[in-house]
Amino acid sequence: MAKKKREVQEINASSMADISFLLLIFFLVTTSMATDKGLARKLPAPVEEAQDSTQVDIKQRNIMQILINSNDLLMVNGDVIPVTKLKERAKEFIANPNNSENLPEKKPENIPFMGTQNITKDHVISLQNDRGTSYQAYIDVQNELVAAYSELRDELSREKFQGVSYAELDTAKQKAIQIYYPQRISEAEPKNYGQQNQGGAQ
Amino acid sequence: MAKFRKDGGKKLPAISTSSLPDIIFMLLFFFMTTTSMKEVTLRIDQKMPEATELTKLEKKSLVKYVYIGIPKKNEQKNFGVESRIQLDDAFAQSPAEVESYIATKRAAMKEEDQPFMIVSLKVDKDTKMGVVTDVKQALRKAYALKINYTAFQRANNY
Repeated sequence: MAKKKREVQEINASSMADISFLLLIFFLVTTSMATDKGLARKLPAPVEEAQDSTQVDIKQRNIMQILINSNDLLMVNGDVIPVTKLKERAKEFIANPNNSENLPEKKPENIPFMGTQNITKDHVISLQNDRGTSYQAYIDVQNELVAAYSELRDELSREKFQGVSYAELDTAKQKAIQIYYPQRISEAEPKNYGQQNQGGAQ
Repeated sequence: MAKFRKDGGKKLPAISTSSLPDIIFMLLFFFMTTTSMKEVTLRIDQKMPEATELTKLEKKSLVKYVYIGIPKKNEQKNFGVESRIQLDDAFAQSPAEVESYIATKRAAMKEEDQPFMIVSLKVDKDTKMGVVTDVKQALRKAYALKINYTAFQRANNY
């Protein structure tokens, strides 16, 4: 029985490409590249039941009150305005460029890189919505307010730091600009007004 | 000009395809690593609202999700057509349940990561704010103060 010495045959690898193509197409199809994006916000810490009634005294001129009703209509300090006008209005309120009497008062504040500046550091944007307000309307308003702040910050950054946009500044300079334009959006404790019987899942 | 044209000359050699599997494998690994599988099966219908001032959610491990919307067609006979809150794979009975849910999620996180927890609210755009407000109140009670309203990018600004 003379055994023939056979050489081990090479495995045919030509179908390898087909197999990996198949896998590739599977992953191509199932992949969802959608990254999560959203409006980042911070909630206030919960109020203790006991000290609920202690209210902070804020001057009328320092408050911008935004109300959204159950029909998604917007009222800012008593005027009904469309959401498209909100950003301009908010920018004027936050910056108070002409030092007007009925917009937030300006107080001197020492800011790094900029020296002493008169800023409207006590302004508050108070946002209140109805239970029947739609979520899209709420997000629209939040978005416009954030847009107002970021535009003001960007304008200031270009003015003070030789045309560099806010996003490109280093952290210390961004901090300085945040002192100049602090984001002060306060969301009122929920109230039920307008349509009384609205309420979603209960 | 027959000088340049050699009839019956050499045939073009076949292009070697032996490196093709390697290339394909490279692509395959790219897609394998970037793929993110769905975490939960949504039992509600969702269309995100649109906005422009968006920030990216960077670290997936720090993000916990709360879903709000109207139950899908096949769930509607059990759960009705009102907006509901979905936590992981189940519906919450009441908004107050969010508080304990967040507490358990936070306890499961690494201790050094706990202060950086972000709650992502994935809310359908036609939801009434009532439910969202209840959830926000529950989140405040749970001291989950960093939140993120998920939204799609809108091309044009007002």
